[in-house]
Amino acid sequence: MTERLGRFGDFGGRFVPEALIAALEELDEARTQAMADPAFTEELARLHRDYTGRPTPLTEVPRFAEHAGGARVFLKREDLTHTGSHKINNVLGQALLTVRMGKRRVIAETGAGQHGVATATAAALMGLDCTVYMGEKDTRRQALNVARMRLLGAEVIPVSHGSATLKDAINEALRDWVTNVEDTHYLLGTVTGPHPFPTMVRDFHRVIGDEAHDQLRAVTGGLPDVVCACVGGGSNAMGIFHRFRDEPSVRLVGFEAGGEGVQTGRHSARFSTGEPGVLHGAATYVLQDEDGQTLDSHSVSAGLDYPSVGPEHAYLRDTGRAEYQPVNDDEAMEAFALLCRTEGILPALESAHALAGALRVGRESAPGTVILVNLSGRGDKDVETAAQWFGLTGDDTTAAGDGELGTRPPEHAPDHPHAPAEGIEA
Amino acid sequence: MNALDTVFTTCREEGRAALMAYLPAGFPDNQASREAMVAVAETGADIIEVGVPYTDPLMDGPVIQDAADRALAAGFRVRDLLGNVEAVAAAGAVPVVMSYWNPILRYGPDAFARDLAAAGGAGMVTPDLIPDEAGQWRAAAESHGLAPIFLVAPSSTDARLAMTTAACRGFVYVASTMGVTGTRTSVGAGARQLVERTRSVTDLPLCVGLGVSTGAQAAEVASFADGVIVGSALVRALGDGLDAGAGLGPLRELTAELAEGVRRS
Ligand SMILES: Cc1ncc(COP(=O)(O)O)c(C=O)c1O
Repeated sequence: MTERLGRFGDFGGRFVPEALIAALEELDEARTQAMADPAFTEELARLHRDYTGRPTPLTEVPRFAEHAGGARVFLKREDLTHTGSHKINNVLGQALLTVRMGKRRVIAETGAGQHGVATATAAALMGLDCTVYMGEKDTRRQALNVARMRLLGAEVIPVSHGSATLKDAINEALRDWVTNVEDTHYLLGTVTGPHPFPTMVRDFHRVIGDEAHDQLRAVTGGLPDVVCACVGGGSNAMGIFHRFRDEPSVRLVGFEAGGEGVQTGRHSARFSTGEPGVLHGAATYVLQDEDGQTLDSHSVSAGLDYPSVGPEHAYLRDTGRAEYQPVNDDEAMEAFALLCRTEGILPALESAHALAGALRVGRESAPGTVILVNLSGRGDKDVETAAQWFGLTGDDTTAAGDGELGTRPPEHAPDHPHAPAEGIEA
Repeated sequence: MNALDTVFTTCREEGRAALMAYLPAGFPDNQASREAMVAVAETGADIIEVGVPYTDPLMDGPVIQDAADRALAAGFRVRDLLGNVEAVAAAGAVPVVMSYWNPILRYGPDAFARDLAAAGGAGMVTPDLIPDEAGQWRAAAESHGLAPIFLVAPSSTDARLAMTTAACRGFVYVASTMGVTGTRTSVGAGARQLVERTRSVTDLPLCVGLGVSTGAQAAEVASFADGVIVGSALVRALGDGLDAGAGLGPLRELTAELAEGVRRS
């Protein structure tokens, strides 16, 4: 099975219209040649160093770790990259490939807006036209990033079809691609889609785990015991997992969005209730009904609000090499607030799921357990959602100072306490 | 012999192309969608593509997306399409299904092939399943006497044209332009060229789709292809007719115009 094209066991493959196959072949050939061409890899390394700001630091967070059962917690600081999340690693690689293939336009989907911002940034840097598709619901909860993309010269197209979130943005990007494939590259933002995307995007993110491995060894002299990452499509997780895959002592744990709780049905926990199927070109786990219709996903974090997941994660899960757990909205928000107040670091809501997971894993593990967390992005884009969640908006000057860390003052709760994401739509 | 082989032989004897009409099952609801398909069969469509409404139709433009959303909102279930297939067969047209892969995968490819064959279906067009990934479906279709129908596109290499047409039974779906479903003002020179390239690697009938909406376009395509596929224009005529209180009138009128188009020579 594994030797079939672009397969991870039974997962992966190419479930797309024939019209796209030629472009996928072209891309696969271009990336294979580029990765073996020092001119390409050196240019990418130069951009990582001079433009993105790599290597990103590894930060130990002892005050945060006091809440993690005596574990030592290290954060891989992808939040400190230019544009503020890991997404830039993959974007610069694919943008260079776009130029190499002689195409002049990139399109992208975006959920939280981080991938869209990174794509708009690279397009500006390399003089490419850029169109970003974004679910209408996400344009409202990540309004700041919509403005950022437009400032960078990108066209942002809100998608109101279906659930008006990331999955619908991907549908629309695929429709654009099949129509304009001759001069357009689809700069897909995560480790899913048809082959070669899952492999290629993972390879552009490997740098996260490669750096973290060496940085951690320099501090502790060894490997981490556990590596934690949030899993939307799964790119930041694959990026940090990959270096440790063949180290059997290292536990790999991915955290999916449990939304309002897996039992409520309003979540994005593909590995809790999803089943194998096909979506967006890949065979993988999908939130779907009895008829194979895709179910709507939910999460306070737009970047994790997606009903499917990269096929390599499906494979890691089924083979037992990695485990996946849901983290609910309120646990993620608690961890978000805790990192803000104990370490002065404002994480992305997506990354807050990995932090909550690290707290959970730490409390369940022996003291001294070394936990490496991928802090995939920074939370500037989420300030409004968090302010609503914790009731920090308006004229009330007391809310910010009062209350326990990470608790949500009930008197300041949004109107719809069970649908916090909607709370910001007004 | 599959019903598709018979219908193309008949059309060839009559010196014309076949008219293939796409309509989604369940749109606007099950009963009305069956009546619409019967009307189209009675008015001159030779083959009816029974579309399976799906939440993520990435090969479809806005008209068919909206129809799928409406069908799903009205409670469409995949098994309901078997009623459409039976109705089409009873009305004397050849039913084939058009479906994205996940609903079929979920149903179980073999169970689906069995039930489709029992309902009188002749085959299935799979817009997001290429032969490379279709081992399971091809085996299921073969064992139940159904035609697997794959798409070729202007971007297909000669090697892929040969491989894809070799995997097809019944006919080959020639997607004439790069893009999604929807009406277009011109069908494009690319269609003729792709038909020529495909002819050089297969003897199967070649049916051209994507963009045809008028009798004149149907006549143009019929001059170089074995079948003319019309989708969005018919879906719009059905939806607009019902919304405007004109019933199936506009759908019948358009079908008659297209049926006349494929008979012009
Ligand atoms: C900061 C951040 N982390 C994580 C994700 C989730 O994506 P992935 O699972 O591909 O890393 C996103 C997506 O928007 C993001 O912006």
